[in-house]
Amino acid sequence: MLKDITLGQYFPGNSFIHRLDPRTKILIIITYVVMVFLVQNFIGYAALALFLAVCTTVSKISPKYLIRGLKPILVFIIFTGIFNLFLTSGEVIWSMGFLKITREGVRFAAFMVLRLIFLILGTSLLTLTTSPIALTDGMERLLSPFKKIHLPAHEIAMMMTIALRFIPTLLDETDKIMKAQSARGASIDSGNIFARAKAMVPILVPLFISAFRRADELATAMECRCYRGGEGRTRLYELKYGRVDFWGWVYTAALLAVIILLNITFGSF
Amino acid sequence: MDNIVEIKDLVFEYKDEDTGESLRVLDGVSLHIERGEFLAVLGRNGSGKSTLAKHMNAILTPTSGTVLVDGIDTSDESRLFDVRRRVGMVFQNPDNQMVATIVEEDVAFAPENLGVPREEIRRRVDEALDIVGMSAFKQHAPHMLSGGQKQRVAIAGALAMRPELLVMDEPTAMLDPGGRAEVIETVKKLNREGGMTVALITHYMDEAVRADRVIVIDNGKIALEGRPREVFSQVEKLISLGLDVPQSTYLIHMLSEKVPGLDKTVLNDEECAAELLRAMEIKKEARP
Repeated sequence: MLKDITLGQYFPGNSFIHRLDPRTKILIIITYVVMVFLVQNFIGYAALALFLAVCTTVSKISPKYLIRGLKPILVFIIFTGIFNLFLTSGEVIWSMGFLKITREGVRFAAFMVLRLIFLILGTSLLTLTTSPIALTDGMERLLSPFKKIHLPAHEIAMMMTIALRFIPTLLDETDKIMKAQSARGASIDSGNIFARAKAMVPILVPLFISAFRRADELATAMECRCYRGGEGRTRLYELKYGRVDFWGWVYTAALLAVIILLNITFGSF
Repeated sequence: MDNIVEIKDLVFEYKDEDTGESLRVLDGVSLHIERGEFLAVLGRNGSGKSTLAKHMNAILTPTSGTVLVDGIDTSDESRLFDVRRRVGMVFQNPDNQMVATIVEEDVAFAPENLGVPREEIRRRVDEALDIVGMSAFKQHAPHMLSGGQKQRVAIAGALAMRPELLVMDEPTAMLDPGGRAEVIETVKKLNREGGMTVALITHYMDEAVRADRVIVIDNGKIALEGRPREVFSQVEKLISLGLDVPQSTYLIHMLSEKVPGLDKTVLNDEECAAELLRAMEIKKEARP
């Protein structure tokens, strides 16, 4: 059951989107997030939707797969919608008992829901088309100017790499411990929520102890291989900007211009 | 200089945090490792053999005595990385010594740390993976490999440093028989064909039998030292030190009590079979 978890579900490919430098992709996503909050009317969202649809088609990622990414936060989206719908004050257009819906509420709820959906879809597109290593590499390079203000860019990236490296190892281990505890009569999948939470203790304790032991051994092994932080380190693969990155920025800039234009022309809806 | 490692009167103590008393793990060990040699270090659990290994690349430094690696004192902190790059280490648990999520990136880890130029890293990674026969798995994720394959990648990771000495601390203890054979064959090949100096710490006798020289450690002291044939013929002594002897050696040892004139220095199954045939001849001749 734990095998189903695949973090950062990366789909290898060689599309335009895949070939973008991870640094470009991260920066574009940041711009995209800004745009999602910048949009003031529904026509703007239509433009964003069109942009996403084009990106998805180009990347050859199945749209079904992209939309499936919304499932885990569906409850959250619905709650956000409902709260905004009923709790925004303004011109009442419908009421029943203590419940009332206002014109502003409808508008606000729709905006919130759309924003959430666009945020999730955009960021999933990033993780689906970028390998975890490329992502951490890109992040390290983007953060490296902040080393001057003592931001440990290399260390953050190294921690992420090691975390990614050990996810499968620790999942395997959890599986083994669960089986070992069930073999001794521990019931993990039954009882109410409190009983289940309690049943997790005999799994988590050995898992933590083992994780600490692993960390200790890994640190020794890294020292043996002359690890001494990011100072003076070279890389097997250096990131390089290419022509695709230029075009990536052209498209993003065009979208930003369109959205600002739409905001000015149609105002807030 | 012919010795890559020279250890003189090495004593290592550490303080038990609970009781505050100091425990002596190594108690006056002196040994040397010659260039190109295949040395096996044997000893039961807690004998101090892993502690000894960790002194060879300055992960631990002596409480007293000296450890010289290629003439460099490991206590000299300013030359720490000069020592470490000369000594490749492979540990017991293959999962806990891999850093990267892709095989080739893991092998590249040490040269990256040493600041080797990119083209040179590429060359070293390809070469190291080729030596251990893992080139086909370059782009694989480590968790998709078998135990033996992971250990071979770990060896490649150490080789990419271009070390002068390869220290292996029970590299086969967590592997199945197939994986063990894979790893030991790789090490043997490295030593024979590549001229790599190897220090193999193990408690498997059949692995030690293949070495040029064997050292047995007990209670932090060197208990026995010599060629495998000399060491393993001392069956009683080995058993008293809590070690096994190769089964064929043990068989001949038992038989020799009944059959005089047997050569007690057999090491493997073939030699044992030959010796048994000879024993049958001796018996025949003894009969009227």
